Amino acid sequence: MKIVVCIKQVPDTVEVKIDPKTGTLIRDGVPSIINPDDKTGIEAALELKERVGGTVTVISMGPPQADVALREALAMGCDEAYLVSGREFGGSDTYATSGILAAALRKIGYDIIVTGRQAIDGDTAQVGPQIGEKLGIPQVSYVQEIKEAAEDHLVVNRYFEDGYHIIKIKTPCLLTAIAELAKPRYMTVSGIVDAYEKEIKIIGFEDLKDDLELDMIGLKGSPTNVYKSFTKEVKGAGTILKDVSADQAVAAIMEKLEAKHII
Amino acid sequence: MSKGIYVVVEQRNGKVQNVGLELIGEATRLKADLNEDVVAVLLGSDIKGEVNKLYEFGADKVVLIDHPYLKEYVTEPYTKALTQVCKEYEPHIMLFGASSIGRDVAPRLASRIKTGLTADCTGLRIAKTDEELAKEEALGNTDPKRGLLMTRPAFGGNIMATLMCPRTTPQMATVRPGVMKKIDRIPGRTGELIEMTVDYTEADMNIEILEVVKADKKSVDITEAKVLVSGGRGVGRNGYDMLRACADELGGEVASSRANVDDALCEWAKPEMQVGQTGKTVRPDLYLACGISGAIQHVAGMENSDLVISINKNDTAPIFQVSDLGIVGDVKVILPKLTEALKKYNAEKVVK
Repeated sequence: MKIVVCIKQVPDTVEVKIDPKTGTLIRDGVPSIINPDDKTGIEAALELKERVGGTVTVISMGPPQADVALREALAMGCDEAYLVSGREFGGSDTYATSGILAAALRKIGYDIIVTGRQAIDGDTAQVGPQIGEKLGIPQVSYVQEIKEAAEDHLVVNRYFEDGYHIIKIKTPCLLTAIAELAKPRYMTVSGIVDAYEKEIKIIGFEDLKDDLELDMIGLKGSPTNVYKSFTKEVKGAGTILKDVSADQAVAAIMEKLEAKHII
Repeated sequence: MSKGIYVVVEQRNGKVQNVGLELIGEATRLKADLNEDVVAVLLGSDIKGEVNKLYEFGADKVVLIDHPYLKEYVTEPYTKALTQVCKEYEPHIMLFGASSIGRDVAPRLASRIKTGLTADCTGLRIAKTDEELAKEEALGNTDPKRGLLMTRPAFGGNIMATLMCPRTTPQMATVRPGVMKKIDRIPGRTGELIEMTVDYTEADMNIEILEVVKADKKSVDITEAKVLVSGGRGVGRNGYDMLRACADELGGEVASSRANVDDALCEWAKPEMQVGQTGKTVRPDLYLACGISGAIQHVAGMENSDLVISINKNDTAPIFQVSDLGIVGDVKVILPKLTEALKKYNAEKVVK
């Protein structure tokens, strides 16, 4: 069984701060990490391999620096790693990204594809399903448990806000992972050593161009375009009461509730 | 020419979900600028009884697809039906709830019909200013006055981005539940029903649902509450009774910040009570923030509340920046006193 995990290197958004003077993002010194849902996906894939055998391949699209994320995945125990990288791919939205990744996946082959549900920088949750569509394979997103694994099918729990479905899906298929699915293991020392001995294979534009919608990649080919980005307008503080007694505070709240017809 | 503002209305257990009605409401506001019909698309099994409600909340037309394959949500049958809607009617705009259903089917559909999709939007508007129209045109939109601008948070809510989908239609977006407003129901309002048939084959049901499990207890949906009394770290592990007592006097529900939900020893704070970027977006009439510092991820989920009152010990807590009234003080002292005052107020009101 060939299991392929798609991962993204992202800035740790918890560490991102806004420059109070310019209102822009301060990215300097913000560490890059494997997107958390994708790391869950790696763990789920490794556990799947332990159950049914096979290999775990990890693939990422990004700049050359994204090899750090791939090395980490290798150190966790993945067998091989591919970096999809090229100037032509820069600025791709989810449609374009999924088209490029699908072409790369067709090239390397797969039985099961695992992606994280969503990345913490873009929060779109779109690339997984869009890869599934471009490959013409069924998907189950929001997977919270893999109950049964066999060569030709899986049985998984699919999360909904009001419960879950237990779903049987035939391979080849694509799953998107949510945090509940697995708790990522740590890298091992031998894994780290191995990771630096392994080669990260590069897949570039030339390797994929015959299998791409050439007018639908990169910034120019993306169907959506960013018009503007900005920091949020803060609502603006109202009254702040300091150094008041509890009774005064309660009176002020009651007055406000009456004025606004809450009570 | 593509035409119409289409809303894919989510149903669960045969009942239309609020987010669908919220999106129809938003579509009626876009209609004011576009003058195109608001069309609700309803997929399900034995679901015709829900159609009138869609007119009453603002839909001009309803496309109804009723088939046993659509009873429970499954990606492929839903994608196939919506693909047919797009091919037959050529919608100009198509909106989905950003739920575990909308965020599964919308990307699959967008990929199939080759158009753009913007996820998890919190604001929609039609291009109007010279700058907006010029940008739409520069990006290749041949009809810039009908361009949809879609605004959404990114980087964990740290920044906002506005996107365009200038060259392909429908312009598609998923929109967070609880962000848009329903219109006031107009009883008896009616519209045009279009019943569509999809020719399914067995191959379309490409997965097998072995079991449907509904969450056993009827958990309270905080996005529906008019009043939320929300507790943060300052309330802590034993703070539930205090929050509940106050919420009861206000006819509201209890919510939580992420800090308590993530704290394994804080038993009362359940994930479904969490407000914020990774939790729920709420817009109650009153959001009473108790011992919540107001990290940007939390504020992203509650800043659209009508009235925000916060109580926090720390006078530099960011929650005060988004509060209509902020009290610097000990929530464990002030909140019980507030509950007492409300109790007295409510008792006197009854007498009057």
